[in-house]
Amino acid sequence: MITATHYVALSLILFCLGLIGVMVRRNFITVLMSLELMFNAVNLNLIAFSFRLGDLGGQVLAIFVITVAAAEAAIGLGLIIALVRLKDTIALDEADVMRS
Amino acid sequence: MDYLVANFGTIFFYLVAALTVAGAVGVIVARNPVHSALCLLWTFFMVAVLFILRHAELLAAVQVLVYAGGIMVLYLFVIMLARVKNLRPEEVFLSGLAPLAVVGGVLIGALLSIGILLGTMAVGGSGSAALANVGNQPVGNTEAVGMVLYTRYLVPFEVVSVVLLVAMIGAIVFGRRDPVADSGAAEVEQ
Repeated sequence: MITATHYVALSLILFCLGLIGVMVRRNFITVLMSLELMFNAVNLNLIAFSFRLGDLGGQVLAIFVITVAAAEAAIGLGLIIALVRLKDTIALDEADVMRS
Repeated sequence: MDYLVANFGTIFFYLVAALTVAGAVGVIVARNPVHSALCLLWTFFMVAVLFILRHAELLAAVQVLVYAGGIMVLYLFVIMLARVKNLRPEEVFLSGLAPLAVVGGVLIGALLSIGILLGTMAVGGSGSAALANVGNQPVGNTEAVGMVLYTRYLVPFEVVSVVLLVAMIGAIVFGRRDPVADSGAAEVEQ
């Protein structure tokens, strides 16, 4: 029988993988993709507990998370376009225009 | 064999979970951003299968439509637009990986179908009935989520629409050509 614990464990693994991706990758696009992984881990948690408690609130909250993830993707990709226009690169450590 | 049949749901969960983690690892280790994007697409589909197994059918559909359909296209557009230095043109189209893509697509379809089958057949768990009920009437998961979304969570729903509007305006502002330089050039011309 699959319990909420299984889902929380999987969600933990996914979230940590996303966190590692955000911290170690130089490519801005890959960093954003790792962020999406973390959003998905959160959604898995919400769905697992929605099922466990028999409460639809978790599913509604997951819909909100997906909305925010879409907004984040739009803003982040706009930032990438702006960065490419400014520095002609998507390496995150080259985005140091505001460093004094 | 009896063990396999009796514990099919558990084994299926572990299989899908392993494939999800494999996709996630692919996202963070792939050198080519297009490969990362494809691995992420795979992960999205596997997470959709997991949603179906937990009676979140609407969420699974939204996951495929919004994430796999919308956000992934956005990512691929930007990857192509950004002209990444280490992305040679012949690598963009993945011609050598076409058989793998076919196998992956068939596998995604099969896993989704098995997930739907398991989700609809074995309605178990403590509160699964409550996930498709409106006033003790059994309805679909979509209708149940809609009822909750537009009654109990109406105000957050409206707030989220403002968030989307702000994101849209922000993306337009970021995506514009440099307005300061443009206006400066216009003044010089005058």
